[in-house]
Amino acid sequence: MSPEQILQYIFAGITVGSIYAFVAIGYNIIYNTTGIINFAQGEFVMLGGMISFTLSKFMPLLPAIILAVLITAAIGGLIEIVFIRRMRKSSVLGMVVVTIGISILLREAALYIWDEQIRALSFFTGTEISSVNILGARISPQVLWVLGVTSIIVGGLYLFFKFTLTGQAMRACSENSRAAKLCGIKTDSMVNLSFMLSAGIGALGGCVVSPLTQTHYAMGTDLAIKGFIVAILGGLGNPIAAVAAGLILGLLESFSISILPMAYKDVISVIILLIILVVKPSGLFGSKQASSLKDF
Amino acid sequence: MKRIFTVLLLTGFVLSTLFVSCKKEETGTIKIGAIFAVTGGASFLGAPEAKTAEMVVEGINANGGVNGMQIELIIKDSAANPEKAISFAKQLIEEDQVLAIIGPSTSGETMQIKDICESYKVPLVAAGAAEAIVDPVASYVFKTPQKDSYVAKWIFTTMKSMGIKRIGVVAANTGFGNAGKGQLEKYASDFGIEIAIAETYDKAATDLTALLTKLKAQNVDAVVNWSIVPAQSIVPKNMKQLGMEVPLFQSHGFGNIKYVEAAGEAAEGIIFPAGRLLVAEKLADGHPQKENLVAYKTAYEAKYGEDVSTFGGHAYDAVMLVIEAIKSADSLERKEIRDALEAISGFPGTGGVFSFSASDHNGLGMDSLEMLTVMNGQFDFLQ
Amino acid sequence: MKRYYPVIILFITIVVIQILTFVTGKGYMLTQLTMSAYYVLVAVGLCMVMGYAGQISLGQAGFFAIGGYTTAFLTTIDFSDKAGTAIYKLLDTLGLLITKETLYGDTIMHMSPWVSLFLAVILAGITAYLLGIPVLKLKGHYLAMATMGFGIIIYRLVLGTKIFGEADGISNVPSFTIFPGLELSGDFSTRISNYYIAWLLVIAAILLMVNLINSRVGRALRSLHGGEDASDAMGVDTARYKVIVFVIGAVFAALAGFFMTHYNGGIGPSEAGVGKSVRYVAIVAVGGMANIWGSLVMGLILNFLSLRGVFGHFDDAVFGVILVVMMMFMPEGFIRIAVYRDIKSFFHKILNRRKVEKIKLEHSHE
Repeated sequence: MSPEQILQYIFAGITVGSIYAFVAIGYNIIYNTTGIINFAQGEFVMLGGMISFTLSKFMPLLPAIILAVLITAAIGGLIEIVFIRRMRKSSVLGMVVVTIGISILLREAALYIWDEQIRALSFFTGTEISSVNILGARISPQVLWVLGVTSIIVGGLYLFFKFTLTGQAMRACSENSRAAKLCGIKTDSMVNLSFMLSAGIGALGGCVVSPLTQTHYAMGTDLAIKGFIVAILGGLGNPIAAVAAGLILGLLESFSISILPMAYKDVISVIILLIILVVKPSGLFGSKQASSLKDF
Repeated sequence: MKRIFTVLLLTGFVLSTLFVSCKKEETGTIKIGAIFAVTGGASFLGAPEAKTAEMVVEGINANGGVNGMQIELIIKDSAANPEKAISFAKQLIEEDQVLAIIGPSTSGETMQIKDICESYKVPLVAAGAAEAIVDPVASYVFKTPQKDSYVAKWIFTTMKSMGIKRIGVVAANTGFGNAGKGQLEKYASDFGIEIAIAETYDKAATDLTALLTKLKAQNVDAVVNWSIVPAQSIVPKNMKQLGMEVPLFQSHGFGNIKYVEAAGEAAEGIIFPAGRLLVAEKLADGHPQKENLVAYKTAYEAKYGEDVSTFGGHAYDAVMLVIEAIKSADSLERKEIRDALEAISGFPGTGGVFSFSASDHNGLGMDSLEMLTVMNGQFDFLQ
Repeated sequence: MKRYYPVIILFITIVVIQILTFVTGKGYMLTQLTMSAYYVLVAVGLCMVMGYAGQISLGQAGFFAIGGYTTAFLTTIDFSDKAGTAIYKLLDTLGLLITKETLYGDTIMHMSPWVSLFLAVILAGITAYLLGIPVLKLKGHYLAMATMGFGIIIYRLVLGTKIFGEADGISNVPSFTIFPGLELSGDFSTRISNYYIAWLLVIAAILLMVNLINSRVGRALRSLHGGEDASDAMGVDTARYKVIVFVIGAVFAALAGFFMTHYNGGIGPSEAGVGKSVRYVAIVAVGGMANIWGSLVMGLILNFLSLRGVFGHFDDAVFGVILVVMMMFMPEGFIRIAVYRDIKSFFHKILNRRKVEKIKLEHSHE
């Protein structure tokens, strides 16, 4: 393989990996405040793409995206109020089942609101055929947008959780929700905020990747599974590690394609996941002590 | 004790379904069954097919039906699950006593119900693409989409005239994609073309740059993509972004202008063989298919507000062929309908001019396809 | 003896349903009732895994596919042109080769489905055992992911492998002559016998489970559901029991896959998908997790309606609604809560009223 090709595979891996990371970040934010894996996370990505596409017919791209993110965040908040809040005392099994149910409902609703056709937002800069040359490898300018937005989200989340009062309160909820409640933190609104935040981030991801991947009503399921793999690979509850794990999985898939038939791409990534689950269930970046305290 | 209650409940449920579902016998209608994957993984096929079948039957009923009888179309949504297609086929045959079945949408489902229709002697006009549906010929099974081998041969003929020698093939992991890949591999050597690399990708794939990088490294003269899924517009985009300037050929699955729109400028110059539905208006006035094609296209686009696709066309052909057979047989016997179907000759449909025979249950020739290309965001004949 | 009463009632119900369909001339309904029975078998096995051992499995369709694809692959190999090979000689001397004529007049020779039945069960059992030992140590989301991962691997393998028919699946699977005169096939003429084959299989599975639940293993299992640490402390070998139940659930699913494939004459990758696994979980959840009878009734009702196309385009949506509503409002299952409690309170009321009246009477006498 020539250096250009290796670089090309790296770029392909990073592109796919950042899409997975978008989903995994959302999983982790919700997991942190509630201990729930929200299997409907992939549907937020789909909704972001679908809503922004529809809105972009009536307004310029930027307000369409902002509005789509806000609408999806509102849907996320609504889901928490209507479904999740009642389920707080339920078992992990129950939560898995109910969020899978919600994801099915969102997907079917999208099929009836829109249809089975694909949609793609227009490219943010350039067109379908523009391409940027980086050291001999070529990528679409949209990939740079994806990478840029991912970095901004990661940086923003880091600052949010570290330095804002709300962010610290959310972290407190994840450490110990009863203690947080005793300290006067409104855990209910924190949980609600976490759903809105992760729905919004998912939707933003859905808008940014839409020109590249296109948006389709059933795209959420596959993304949810991949995002789940990435979230566990990075260690549940760690949004920043999820980005690293997403990139690792993306690169792994990309290079596995270079030597093996693509048909078995998912088999390889799932087998690696199973090995990690059995050998080091806390994830690549999770600490064993911390994970043993949590109830998975 | 409670277990006994549950079991009693079970009895009650089944009893009620048995008696509540007693259907009123309707007389004076011709029942035609349809199995389409309206939802699920093959909804790109099934949704336009179901809409088309509904529209065509509505139109015929509004004009007095066939032989003075109204048609009752029973559409079942299999969501591309073979087990459901099997259940529905049995239901349509035995319970609804349909005269003929149209569909299913995918070749996998069609292969699963082929033997059922053959052994119960119910005419099946399939919209699945695989050649195995009509090879070996089952006396009751017909299909409307053009043969994959014709498509492969058209692609290779065009390549030969362009001086292309070494190609890369990518196909979706659907029945359609796999069958097409198989045909390409089968006929390549006949045309002196070498397939350097052949790969399948997942039907839900969203980014194929890694796969295309692999193709690029093989220095191919052209790429063939065979699928019906969204990847049809991802492949051209990714190719352009990777700076691959070689021509891209697609299959007849590229039969929806939506894919051109989604691929935008990247779609320019894609070459693919397809039925004439996509270029109906551009046909010469005397063409035997033109009248039907334009009529179907205008009616569909007016009724549903979406662009017509060749998949809907396969369902159009299936319904029209069955109706043509009923008309000419003037009978409500499945056997007579089958014989009439096999006797159809020179029938202009959307996929081409159908002429069935005992050995050919597809009824279309190489001339049913045209090489098309994308020019200024529109389908046009390849010059 | 008392614990077998429900099984006897189930058997009577099955016979009554068959007679009713016959009397009302709706014999065609047996087709979907038979197919539902096989899905019920998977659900009942999963109920054991989820309800009694407390372990979620999002990979049950994978085991179904192992059963179905093993037999579909093996019995569609045509041996008529492989006369010289070692396998041919071995099968021939054992009398395990069957010659049949196809619909299109060709003669084929395939191996007896008894061989593939044996192999399918062994394969599913070993897979479940090897998977179960490491994976059942995980909990909650990690266990869900690991079992789902297994399901994805099987799905990808059947979808990507030529010998498994890729996206088209395998069709033309021959019928299975269990013994002369009793044939497992989807032919309309054998419909009644196939209905009984399917449901007797379910009854046999339930009998096995009823016995298991009331045995030492069953008590250990129930302690697992209550609290693993506590039962560990009491000296129950939790890990071993979990694996046993997991293997049983897998074998049930593989058996269902085997029978369904011969009944339908084929199998496609949709039977192996994650969506199918989710459906099985949905059925068990709706049935009330640890309630075999709930899984049985809900599995029958939902699959029967779904296979008859009653839900139309809303097939998936119906399952989504059921999952959400059930989990939110009746996490203990539909039958147990809504119906059983009502019936119970109704009888209580009657009984209590009598008691109250009795007491009143007694009082008035004084």
